[in-house]
Amino acid sequence: MRSNRRDFIKISSMGIGGAAVAAPAFNWAEGAIKADNKKPGAEYKRTSTYCEICFWKCAGWVYSNDEGHIWKIEGNADDPHCNGRLCPRGTGGVGMYNDTDRLKTPLIRKTKNGKQVFEEATWDEALDVVAENLKKIANEHGPECVALFTHGSGGKFFGDLLKATGSTNITAPSFAQCRGPRETAFLATYGEIIASPEFTDIRDTKCLVLIGSHLGENMHNGQVQEMSEAIDKGATIITVDPRYSTAASKSKHWLPIKPATDLALLLAWINVLITEEWYDKDYVERYTYGFDQLKNHVQSFTPEWAYGITTLAPEMIRETAKEMANASPAVIVHPGRHVTWYGDDTQRLRAVAILNALLGSWGRKGGFYSPEKKSLPSYPHPEFPKPKRTWRDAHPGKYNLALEVVSNDICDSTIPSPDRACNFKGWIVNGTNLISTLPDLNNTLEAIQNLEFMVVIDTMPMEITGYADVVLPECTYLERYDYCRTDQHREPNIALRMPAVEPKYNTKPSWWMVKKLASKMELDDFFPWKDVEELLDWQLNQVGSSLEEMKRLGVKKFPREYDDLYFFKNQEVEFNTNTGKIELYSTDLAAEGFDPMPVYTKHKEPPPGFYRLNYGRSPAHTFSRTANNPNLTDLVDENVLWVNPQVAKDWSLKNGQPIWLENQDGVKSKFPIKVRITERIRFDSVYMVHGFGHSNKKLSRAYGKGVSDSELITKVLLDPVMGGTGMRGNFVTFKLENPNEEEVMS
Amino acid sequence: MRYAMAIDTKKCVGCADCVVACQTENNVPIGHCRDWIVENTAGTYPQLELEIRSERCNHCKNSPCVRCCPTGASHYSEGGIVLVTGDDCIGCGACIASCPYDARYPHPEGYVDKCTFCDHRVKNGQKPACVDVCPTHCMYFGDLDDPNSEVSNILKKRKYKRLIPEAGTDPQLYFLI
Repeated sequence: MRSNRRDFIKISSMGIGGAAVAAPAFNWAEGAIKADNKKPGAEYKRTSTYCEICFWKCAGWVYSNDEGHIWKIEGNADDPHCNGRLCPRGTGGVGMYNDTDRLKTPLIRKTKNGKQVFEEATWDEALDVVAENLKKIANEHGPECVALFTHGSGGKFFGDLLKATGSTNITAPSFAQCRGPRETAFLATYGEIIASPEFTDIRDTKCLVLIGSHLGENMHNGQVQEMSEAIDKGATIITVDPRYSTAASKSKHWLPIKPATDLALLLAWINVLITEEWYDKDYVERYTYGFDQLKNHVQSFTPEWAYGITTLAPEMIRETAKEMANASPAVIVHPGRHVTWYGDDTQRLRAVAILNALLGSWGRKGGFYSPEKKSLPSYPHPEFPKPKRTWRDAHPGKYNLALEVVSNDICDSTIPSPDRACNFKGWIVNGTNLISTLPDLNNTLEAIQNLEFMVVIDTMPMEITGYADVVLPECTYLERYDYCRTDQHREPNIALRMPAVEPKYNTKPSWWMVKKLASKMELDDFFPWKDVEELLDWQLNQVGSSLEEMKRLGVKKFPREYDDLYFFKNQEVEFNTNTGKIELYSTDLAAEGFDPMPVYTKHKEPPPGFYRLNYGRSPAHTFSRTANNPNLTDLVDENVLWVNPQVAKDWSLKNGQPIWLENQDGVKSKFPIKVRITERIRFDSVYMVHGFGHSNKKLSRAYGKGVSDSELITKVLLDPVMGGTGMRGNFVTFKLENPNEEEVMS
Repeated sequence: MRYAMAIDTKKCVGCADCVVACQTENNVPIGHCRDWIVENTAGTYPQLELEIRSERCNHCKNSPCVRCCPTGASHYSEGGIVLVTGDDCIGCGACIASCPYDARYPHPEGYVDKCTFCDHRVKNGQKPACVDVCPTHCMYFGDLDDPNSEVSNILKKRKYKRLIPEAGTDPQLYFLI
């Protein structure tokens, strides 16, 4: 066995005091200071931010004092993402700043006495190594052999740097590991992607259909707020989920579907709407293409047919179809967000898109509104060099309908293969722990071993940092500027993030790192601004605002420039598709050789003694990013394994019993997970929250807590349309004793 | 004046934002909390019901904690808010034992602490931090003596229950069901 060029290195102790430990309960220490709670007062100023704990990016106000103490973070009342109310993660964002496990100073991988270690470095030293290596790769292999993985706001600056070198291989796992199939499917159908925040008009809907989307457990703030408003207004909620989710408990109809059969249900709903003539005839005639083909196509997909697949009673399928039709057009069959499940995900989301078209909900009040955004122009700079190659050249003809860079494809193309012109040689990783993010860990590690250079920019010693050549400690969002938020919404708006406090330790913002790197790489011309304040002020001036104004407002709304939120009655609409219509029959998919209309395919079922591994979200956490946040671990510090009582009985499992898991490929969980026996899950599957089971001891609160679903996801069901990684085709069995022989590497 | 809170179990998703907002607003030390989430599941798959409640001190009209406090540290404040004066608390723990709702905890600085209905905010015309932060708007706070207050209105419109009424404490948290 060859030795690893790249051993996993623990982030070494950096001489800053140990983690604060909360005093134990009932500790009546002698001489303890007695005082009423001191309420912070006027000495606390407020500064604007938008949240970095998740992608919803709610705008808020940070209350801090001159000593660098942050009291609290509250939502900005003018912000349409949050309406003045942050979610628990945003409210607990202060924990990201206070976490004493943070990365504290730049680190460089060195070999000493045959052992690889991280050595603390100055910023100049660390950035020199980064600049040298990126230049070396560019000279020897071409700049396009460097890729950027990013899921953080600071990544935009690194994206600019990459483009300045001549590479456009900028990828976010939020596409191929998350919402990609949805975007490809809706683009094929409506000529438009959903993007973020979703323009679902939930507040005015009469019927909200959730398919595996567990709103309320995933705290997509604005949507959860609107769902609550819809409940108040008496909207019908229909939830399709093998698990009795929080959303299911709020629903008039819960459809406890057999896992992996959702597409059969969707086709049956389409069948019922057409057969019973419950679809919006005017809308379909005016706006859609391919209705006759669709009608023909779904003829045999009756509720009775679906019953045998989904285990859902035919009358239940008809009744819920009727509910949707009654609410039409104020009905939303929600496109979901994390939709990379079974590899036919684009086709499943196509069925969702088609269903919405039949119900006439697109462009209608209570369905999908038309969003707008206020874009800020780029600070003037010379045109970026045109890249000679892109990620697509590694696999010509593959994933033509992927509209963003496919992260797992970059990973695959990093592992050398003789049939490829381009192998990636360098990775820049910003704000995404690829060890937990990408499925098939061994593949990721093999790719990493083949890299010539990897720099990781993060705030925390996430597992990915252990494989880096250079680790750059980014300050948290509470300590830095970033580009303004310019996401779409009902009203176009922008939000400012500015530092509330000075960066702790020896950490820096990404804009600063990039500006320095650009200088070291002779790319100054592309970054002509003096500092980020000048950059932001210039951008804001172009839309009639200023940095000074934004510091005061936090969020600024602009009037809509174009059409109304909804279609006018009988409005002629040209959709951005090949036919100019909503394509029930997709000409794009047909041209690429895929099914132009969705076809149900049977997915593999768990072998005896195994259970389908389903995973989801906790409202207190975002991926693995928050797993060590002291405020949030105080709420939820580990994941548990949901097990049906009958299954628990078969295995003689007790509530709270720690067990280990082994998947279909013999991969065992590093750590145990506690059993939660609950009626809320089917007998054929188990469920856990994603993002736990951290193996880096430097994450002192997260280490060894629960199980990482990612490490058990070794079977990847690739979506041939857009390269998405279907992750719900993995099955696990229980190990009551620790199956791991040696202590895990930390 | 009679402050009370109504919490809509039909809207609460149990995200615990109320818990975090309370902790930061009131500097509650990590590891402790003044409010918390309870989830109750009933039935068998797939005939199930789930009730989610955000719970805290019930600010009872007939509070055993006030009655049993030997120093008067636990007391009724304006609008019936039950408070603890830290300086008068000797940490005997009698109130903790007497509370049917387990709403009190020993603060590491040497006194018993609990929900104050954010009296410091209420005095300024604001609502408690938990009410203001809740993404589902599932909490209503106000004066029950005012028939037009938000909380009075919602209790007129909706069915509700109180927790452990048999304890006879006359709790002032109303759970909309």
